[in-house]
Amino acid sequence: MLCRKETTVGNASNVDMNEVAIQMKNIVKKFGNFVANDHINLTIHKGEVHAILGENGAGKSTLMNVLYGIYQPTSGSIEIDGKEVVIEGPEKAIELGIGMVHQHFMLVQPFTVTENIILGDEPRKGLVVDKESAKKKIMELSEKYGLMVDPDAKIEDISVGMQQRVEILKVLYRGAKHLILDEPTSSLTPQEISELMEIIKNLTNDGKSVILITHKLKEITEAADFCTIIRQGKYIDTVKVDEVDENALASMMVGRNVEFKVEKKDIKPGKVALDVKNLHAKDYRGVEILNGLNLQVREGEIVGLAGVDGNGQSELVEILTGLMKAESGEITIEGVDIFNKSPKEIFDTGVSSIPEDRQKHGLVMDYTVSENLILQNFGTEKFSKHGILKKSAMKKFADEMIEKFDIRPRGCETRLAKQLSGGNQQKVIIAREVTNDKELLIAMNPTRGLDVGAIEFVHKYLVEQRNKGRAVLLVSFELDEIMSLSDQIQVIFEGQITGSVKGSEADENELGFLMAGGKKDEA
Amino acid sequence: MKRKFNIWEGNFIYTLLAIVIGFVVGAILLSVAGIDPSVAYGSLYEGIFGDKKYIVYSMVYAAPYILTGLSVAFSFKTGVFNIGAEGQFVVGSLAAVLVGLFVDLPPVIHPIVCMLAAAVAGAIWGGVVGLMKIKRGINEVLSYIMFNWIAYYLSNYIVISKSVKDESVEATRLVKDSARTLMSDKMVIATGCPTVNWGFVIATVCAIALWFIITKTTLGYQLRAVGLSKTASEYGGISSSKIFMSSMAISGMLAGLGGAVHTLGMTGRISQFAGQESFGFDGITVALIAGSNPIGCIFSGLFYGAMKYGGNKLTLVNAPKEVVNIIMGTIIFFIAIALLFKRIMVSVSEKKNSDVKSAKED
Ligand SMILES: Nc1ncnc2c1ncn2[C@@H]1O[C@H](COP(=O)(O)OP(=O)(O)OP(=O)(O)O)[C@@H](O)[C@H]1O
Ligand SMILES: [Mg+2]
Repeated sequence: MLCRKETTVGNASNVDMNEVAIQMKNIVKKFGNFVANDHINLTIHKGEVHAILGENGAGKSTLMNVLYGIYQPTSGSIEIDGKEVVIEGPEKAIELGIGMVHQHFMLVQPFTVTENIILGDEPRKGLVVDKESAKKKIMELSEKYGLMVDPDAKIEDISVGMQQRVEILKVLYRGAKHLILDEPTSSLTPQEISELMEIIKNLTNDGKSVILITHKLKEITEAADFCTIIRQGKYIDTVKVDEVDENALASMMVGRNVEFKVEKKDIKPGKVALDVKNLHAKDYRGVEILNGLNLQVREGEIVGLAGVDGNGQSELVEILTGLMKAESGEITIEGVDIFNKSPKEIFDTGVSSIPEDRQKHGLVMDYTVSENLILQNFGTEKFSKHGILKKSAMKKFADEMIEKFDIRPRGCETRLAKQLSGGNQQKVIIAREVTNDKELLIAMNPTRGLDVGAIEFVHKYLVEQRNKGRAVLLVSFELDEIMSLSDQIQVIFEGQITGSVKGSEADENELGFLMAGGKKDEA
Repeated sequence: MKRKFNIWEGNFIYTLLAIVIGFVVGAILLSVAGIDPSVAYGSLYEGIFGDKKYIVYSMVYAAPYILTGLSVAFSFKTGVFNIGAEGQFVVGSLAAVLVGLFVDLPPVIHPIVCMLAAAVAGAIWGGVVGLMKIKRGINEVLSYIMFNWIAYYLSNYIVISKSVKDESVEATRLVKDSARTLMSDKMVIATGCPTVNWGFVIATVCAIALWFIITKTTLGYQLRAVGLSKTASEYGGISSSKIFMSSMAISGMLAGLGGAVHTLGMTGRISQFAGQESFGFDGITVALIAGSNPIGCIFSGLFYGAMKYGGNKLTLVNAPKEVVNIIMGTIIFFIAIALLFKRIMVSVSEKKNSDVKSAKED
């Protein structure tokens, strides 16, 4: 399926080859001695969707930050609409009609959706901010592009998916001509992704150009006209998307062949590790979000939880990890009660997890990689004695993890987590949680933002945990991921498990039907 | 090839710059007031470095400021702002003086017990605020300020109560000699300072201990983690309430100890306050100048102590000693905006470097 060529948007292309919108020439960006961009060229035409493809840490976000004025290039030049420009900062970029949706959200948590969107560009009525008219404009945009948001909800209360939609609305609100979307789809559901592709199409119809960074090859072949490939900071090639297939793209980017299929040996699942019975919970608004949910994960089994975002999966994971309290129900790990226990108690009982929001929960962004790797284990004998940290053990462990989990760049253990590329931040968390080696591993969108090579890698580790007899609960919006990894797929809808399919027998249409609330016997 | 050290990336240069600007602003104000700044600064300098005795005095003055500075700096690490160091300092003084007055103990042991009492008092004063924060969600800044006033009135109430008040002055009686932290007569003669005491040594030891705790221990790891990201810390199983409690109690302990060092070393008693004495508030200044670095607090505390001590002598040349406060205020102001300034300087110097490089590459 992955090799199929889909040429929907590509064919109905709006590219105007005579009009160059953005031209980046010989861009070099260094951080100290580290060369993140090494003479990169990029040409974007009017009405074009241009994908940028590269491994985690290849320098994609850096290049885009240069274009958006966040970083100054060490050398090289930029032309916008035919004129050479110096983009001193994002204000200048916005003035030039460039809008950017960052890979990581740049939202003010305690503010509402509306407040975040208008921040810095507030409509006024006299001296006061005219929130009502702003809200109206936002609702119009939201309707027009199918980006549903709750304009009055606070950012800290809404799901990652909705936060992403807010980010996109923010750029549209400012009326950008050239849009940079840095991994906009990594946290969207398949449904939302196809809606976004529709939006992108509308934008190019308008003569706007879109730079799309994504690790999902399918999106590139579906939506992009051109694709520029970057490997370890170096420019490799720019190809016409119509003329290549996904395998070719993948090997150009990684420099080797990539296996898309996961090898899974047959094993018999053991006894029940996680047992959730009749779980009820309310979300931040007091609305019932889990509705008597029952779920079991056995040893040596990967259970995939499939569902449309907002059906209670985030809340379920928060309850299972102790970040949120449930109303009623029963939760046990190997028979031990963990219902409404603290994160520490739950961890000690035998649950480790890869959180949905890596920057909020997964990492202390201003801690080094090695400090982050011991987040739960700093108190163990391995890393401390009489309350004093063993720095050399920490370094040794970090070096091991960096090597084993291919965290780049090598020797980054003294770097702050925030200085790693998004995908490598994710690898730090995965290294830590997989190494914790608990009875149950919960993985929430574990490959979000990872390149195909790294995904292959993470999948290998999840399967390895399973093969070792550990229970794995995989929550993911990627149906492909759920289908290729799970032994058992459970479908969550409106806070309940509404369907269950054997992994080997799963079929995308059937799952889609169940996820939309259909009942199995009706299928 | 090693990465070139960019001086603009450190903090030191900005602190230095802020201090220079502080003095310049002070000079301008002095001239406006019709006082020759060179004369005023001359006497300030004389007042601090003019005699060995003066230097020792400056160190004596500095000890409590180092401790309140440490108290505030420590709280910053966990993302708490200990504006309550003032009150903790006062209850610390009170505890030290009361134990010094009413308990009979041999020398050496006596001041240690006094200091322990002060530390406990300070820890409780800060800890209760912490408890209110984590149990009831009461904003700590508000309760800190309230607790400052409670300490203030409590102290004044006790100072004038019959059993502790001195008959001739509005202050407590002097604590027993066995409770004082004064150094030997030999040292007094050698330095020429009658109140030369162990305070500075104690403060320095505390600073080093604190630095060790913050950078080397699991407690420090947790404190900083909570300060940097409460959400990720909780996710990782660190109980942020426990950490807030410990940090606020330790922070209170340090300020309380500051009170003990001051009373047992320098004054020997507590006077009735006409207003808040401001050792705790000045600790904020000390912590900010030190960039919250415990070792830095030793130096900024010394600087502050010296300025306070030397500032007293400005009156000799008819300059108001408040000039010192203005200089300090200006320094803080500029340290605060240094962050902004730093960003600009780092990007400018990076750009310059890259301009040079790209020119070479062409
Ligand atoms: N501020 C910084 N300081 C030092 N190094 C940095 C900084 N920002 C990025 N880097 C390094 O530059 C390289 C490229 O990072 P970048 O974020 O551009 O990667 P990316 O291609 O967007 O990867 P991903 O797909 O994981 O998001 C990485 O090795 C990263 O560690
Ligand atoms: Mg990136």
